[in-house]
Amino acid sequence: MKLHEYQSKELFGRFGIPVPAGKVITAVEDIDEIPKDLKGPPWVVKAQVHAGGRGKGGGVKVVNSLDEMKTASETILNQPLITKQTGSQGTKVYQLLIEEGVEIDRELYLAMVIDRAMARPVMVFSQAGGMEIEEVAESSPELVLKEFIDPDVGWVSYLGRNMVYRLDPLPPPETVRELITIMGRLYNLFMNLDCSLAEINPLVITKDGKVLAIDAKINIDDNALFRQKEMKTLDDPREKDPLELEAEKSKLNYIRLDGNIGAMVNGAGLAMATMDMIKMAGAEPANFLDVGGGANEEMIAKGFEIILGDERVKAILINIFGGILRCDVFARGVLAAAEKNEIQIPIIVRLKGTNVEEGRKILENSNLEFLVAKDMAEAAELVAQQVSG
Amino acid sequence: MSILVDEKSRIVVQGITGNEGTFHTKQMLEYGTVVAAGVTPGKGGQSVEGVPVFNTIKEAVEAEGVNVSCIFVPPPFAADAIMESAAAGMGVIVCITEGIPTLDMVKGVSFLNRKEAVLIGPNCPGIISPGKTKVGIMPGQIHKPGTIGVISRSGTLTYEVVDQLTGVGLGQSTCIGIGGDPIIGTTFIDHLKRFKDDPETEGVVLIGEIGGSAEEEAAEYIKGEFQKPVIAFIAGQTAPPGKRMGHAGAIISGGKGKAEDKVAALEAAGITVTHNLGRLGETVLEVLGES
Repeated sequence: MKLHEYQSKELFGRFGIPVPAGKVITAVEDIDEIPKDLKGPPWVVKAQVHAGGRGKGGGVKVVNSLDEMKTASETILNQPLITKQTGSQGTKVYQLLIEEGVEIDRELYLAMVIDRAMARPVMVFSQAGGMEIEEVAESSPELVLKEFIDPDVGWVSYLGRNMVYRLDPLPPPETVRELITIMGRLYNLFMNLDCSLAEINPLVITKDGKVLAIDAKINIDDNALFRQKEMKTLDDPREKDPLELEAEKSKLNYIRLDGNIGAMVNGAGLAMATMDMIKMAGAEPANFLDVGGGANEEMIAKGFEIILGDERVKAILINIFGGILRCDVFARGVLAAAEKNEIQIPIIVRLKGTNVEEGRKILENSNLEFLVAKDMAEAAELVAQQVSG
Repeated sequence: MSILVDEKSRIVVQGITGNEGTFHTKQMLEYGTVVAAGVTPGKGGQSVEGVPVFNTIKEAVEAEGVNVSCIFVPPPFAADAIMESAAAGMGVIVCITEGIPTLDMVKGVSFLNRKEAVLIGPNCPGIISPGKTKVGIMPGQIHKPGTIGVISRSGTLTYEVVDQLTGVGLGQSTCIGIGGDPIIGTTFIDHLKRFKDDPETEGVVLIGEIGGSAEEEAAEYIKGEFQKPVIAFIAGQTAPPGKRMGHAGAIISGGKGKAEDKVAALEAAGITVTHNLGRLGETVLEVLGES
């Protein structure tokens, strides 16, 4: 689960990580108060969307007067912001974070993330801040420093010293101490909030020697939301695709893609493989949808409703390997759902596993247009026909 | 031979009195698995499908000599259940549960490193040695004893593969679902090593997906140290970056973990990567025929 910059900064404040003073506004009218409350000029107007690349997309503007602030806000607020991470439609900006300007001397990078291979949290630090860290890691890996944290011990300051004392040039002693302290606080935040990512890019040393988090990005582990109830309230449903949001409410695992062949599958791996298969057959998958092992008639009907909510879909491929989920139970669910939704488009069905013969018969004997494939190869061919025909 | 579990394994089901635990205990018993005990704290003294229930793993070990546990405990308590089994001396722990917080597994894996237990999963269908024992939720009837080892990050995709293998006459020695989470108890390499030493296994099918670098690491190991034929399938060529595709571990992040990179690494190591899932069974037959 992603948080907005302003939410992440509020949490940073709670854990003692310094951030610039700022205010969130949702309407241009709220701007008049800002020069009273925030030091400036300059000020920085920042679009609050989850996607990265806001600066290059025109979503971050440095302004030097109230008029400029208003103009910048009018341009950005309530408009879609298109960045290289949002897709061509962009994401609508509902909130702006306006911050006091900061005189930046140096930009650093600091983040904490979980390293899968080591099964440990890792603190990542670089003096190449304010850049794409993946690019830095590619071109100058020696500039990206990492310290793995022993889960049985937690953060120990020497881990920070190992990294900060590699800064060249080395900042003054108080700044060195402050950087190490901030690392410890980032660790606390990460562990307390069940983060999957906590990133500060750039972490800045100002001209008067202060350390400030100029940007803040926190992602919370979705699997931990049951015990991070406050974090859950920070979720922004406006950032989600409406069909994905609806699916989430019904506890269906659905991701919208760009294509025209809808898919309904039980199991994430099989669902991904089905999407791949659709592409290999010359079509484009419209979605990822994993109905899971416990799919009942209601969930199947909901799944259809959601897939059909995408007008681009011109055929649906159902790929079920019934283990616990019985094929006849599933077939009855599909029939009921198809009738209820008055489906007009072809439905290709590949059933395998428990009670497969009964399942196929139920579909073949119905008066709806089901194309029943006996294996994956045949299902692919039927999909290809849909595309060319 | 099979790896990790066989007909002598004595299973304890943790969470046996829950819906999933009870249902799958019945299925395992029908397959012939020796389910000797169950554990649900507070329900000690009860019986499920004829299996005695205990309050703790310690008691189950004392009473029934169980050495493999199968966990159907909900996410908030699953890491605890894993650690309890490891502390009580389980040799193999199979954790079916999906949804365990990542930081819990960080703690759990660190704890396990100091114990004997091998953790399969979490978020996995389990492990089966066809004809000998099934510890998990896979449909037993599609499997057949044989000489192909299967190692997979997936559930139903594994069943698809196994069904095809059985269909072309290739039975399986042991099939292991290592799990779909970012932090899991074993890697592809751990099981490749076991298959290397298993005279009954003649070839291995490896089923991977986007996210992480386990397949790339396996490719390195296979290139250097694994002589038996390996056929691989990687799911998620069409997955968009940054999105979690069902499995918590199936995510392309920071440009890393893409399917095409995994395919390239495996092919560079001389492994046959099937792109057409519909023809996987035939491909394995062909590759084995050549070796």
